[in-house]
Amino acid sequence: MENIEQRVKKIVAEQLGVPETDVKNESSFVNDLGADSLDTVELVMALEEEFECEIPDEEAEKITTVQQAIDYVSGNLSK
Amino acid sequence: MSLEGKVALVTGASRGIGQAIALELAAQGAIVVGTATSDSGAEAITAYLKVAGAQGSGLKLNVTDEGACEAVVAQVEKDFGAIAVLVNNAGITRDNLLMRMKDEEWDAIMDTNLRPVYKLSKAVMRGMMKARWGRIINIASVVGATGNPGQTNYSAAKAALFGFTKSLAREIGSRGVTVNAVAPGFIDTDMTRSLPEEQKAALVQSIALGRLGDPKDIADAVGFLASGKANYITGQTIHVNGGMYMN
Repeated sequence: MENIEQRVKKIVAEQLGVPETDVKNESSFVNDLGADSLDTVELVMALEEEFECEIPDEEAEKITTVQQAIDYVSGNLSK
Repeated sequence: MSLEGKVALVTGASRGIGQAIALELAAQGAIVVGTATSDSGAEAITAYLKVAGAQGSGLKLNVTDEGACEAVVAQVEKDFGAIAVLVNNAGITRDNLLMRMKDEEWDAIMDTNLRPVYKLSKAVMRGMMKARWGRIINIASVVGATGNPGQTNYSAAKAALFGFTKSLAREIGSRGVTVNAVAPGFIDTDMTRSLPEEQKAALVQSIALGRLGDPKDIADAVGFLASGKANYITGQTIHVNGGMYMN
């Protein structure tokens, strides 16, 4: 069973079409991984599906780095 | 049949242009869900789809009810799968001279003809983006381009669709979703039948082809935009008006 961090990184790599080795915890989707605004929307959609949760728009807008995505998912799944 | 197995949602499909569109998409093999504001309208849609040997059904949707657009999309996705083609057709008129226009008349047009286009397009977006294929077709009107006395509200809402169509086309083109509009001219439906005879005669004078259009004329344009033949067309408005207006 992969941990949350690995699963998040895998999805980020798949969605943004970048090698998994480029996906660091501190990577910003837009500034480091070349995502545009629509990519980030799709990324949130993919996270919602992978982790079977619903991320409200106001929360989704705050998720701009890999670490923030990991933190959000961790915080919500442990509830 | 290029829309084989794809799910299409057509609003305002119980009669007129919406009905012709629903039948055209069904003829292309789509599973069609048509909406109407009443239960009897929804039943009529189910009945004519059945007669046509098409898959799909009618559903009741009052587009002005809060949450209704989202609920209908969820229902269709549950029953038939993700929506591939959305035709925003439902519309009403509340004609009046601006000096006499009531706030209710203005608001009714915006709430029925414009806001649901935003609501429904947003609700189907996830499925289309995931599929990397989708068609959103907005039924506008020639008066959105030409203007018409007594229709400041209606023409403003219809003109708004042109801008909406172009912006959304740019927003999601990279995901294989096209967004276009069809602007009908003077089509022989219940909506235009309510006009006085003299006004109708005068209008026909301004049509190059010298006659009213048929709902099928609009459905053919929508069918084309929905099909694979229009893969490279997005952000456009096709004017189907017999030469009443030429841009």
